[in-house]
Amino acid sequence: MKKSNSILTLALVAGLSFSLLACGNSKSTDHNDDNTEHDHSGIDHAAEHKMPDGSVVETSENKSISQLIDQYLVIKNALVQDDSRAAASAGQKLAETSSSIDLNTFEASKQSEIKEILEVVKEHGEHIAKSEIAHQREHFEGMTKDFMDILAITGTDRTLYQQYCPMYNKNKGGYWLSDSQEIKNPLFGSKMLTCGSVKETISMK
Amino acid sequence: MKKWLKLSLWIVLIVLVGIQFVPVQRDEIEPVTNADFIEHYESPIVIGNIIRASCYDCHSNQSKYPWYSNVQPIGWLLQNHISEGKSELNLSEFGNLSNRMKRMKINSIISQIADDKMPLPSYVLMHSDAKLDSLKKAHLVSYFDSILVDIDR
Repeated sequence: MKKSNSILTLALVAGLSFSLLACGNSKSTDHNDDNTEHDHSGIDHAAEHKMPDGSVVETSENKSISQLIDQYLVIKNALVQDDSRAAASAGQKLAETSSSIDLNTFEASKQSEIKEILEVVKEHGEHIAKSEIAHQREHFEGMTKDFMDILAITGTDRTLYQQYCPMYNKNKGGYWLSDSQEIKNPLFGSKMLTCGSVKETISMK
Repeated sequence: MKKWLKLSLWIVLIVLVGIQFVPVQRDEIEPVTNADFIEHYESPIVIGNIIRASCYDCHSNQSKYPWYSNVQPIGWLLQNHISEGKSELNLSEFGNLSNRMKRMKINSIISQIADDKMPLPSYVLMHSDAKLDSLKKAHLVSYFDSILVDIDR
């Protein structure tokens, strides 16, 4: 009885997430269409306005990246609450999002690095999706650097705080990103919820 | 009751014999290329030997299959481990990865070794030369750490 129940919920959750994904996809393809049109109209345009008009390019890039950040933050919050299952499902979504991002929406010169970052983020997401919590935390901490790097390239529409706890990983220390200044440690969760400090504030110029 | 037991034993036996005739799928041994981890980093011979003995059966294109891989369902289980192992980390193709990916993989290697997750206990049981004692572990971990530094440079 119990088993069939859990199978039912699994099926339900799967169905739900599929339908959500389907929505997400159709939206993102819309965006891509917009962007490709954009490209056609303005190959020279982009070159001319590269610096002064940068903000326009960045807002269109941000859409897919902010989806990634959202999923990163969902994982972070799940780890803060020691909720391995929530982290796993967000990890799955993160992996899916990072492989569905259209590289052509980024400037050509940035594409190869963004591609490498997304490949790594995808693997981190896959591991978070199938691991126990200590391993999830390792991968979460590992991909924080990759998120920092992609944000440095694409910029972001929000303010994020890079936070640091020196005790993580046998006192080697560990970083994470948060959308709030208040420290809630995802690397230790309830064991050491308030260990850490803000190291850097990341925001769009 | 006895009859029932006898019958089920026969069924198990027939199935066990039957599955021996299912064709075996194996990964062919491929020649070592420049992308091979040990070649790529020109690892010291001692280190290279440890890595080959402890990792290469499931994480390279040079898997050596033991005789019992011909016995099913053990062979399937092994093949499963090898396929999974290679999709996670194939040291034969390590040199082709981006630096970022290399860094990630090496971090995972280090934590898997340090936490005694790898090599798999079941593998070590059958391959005593693959066992990493604390000295070998320390050796490997500091070697992989040095590779990390190398990549970041």
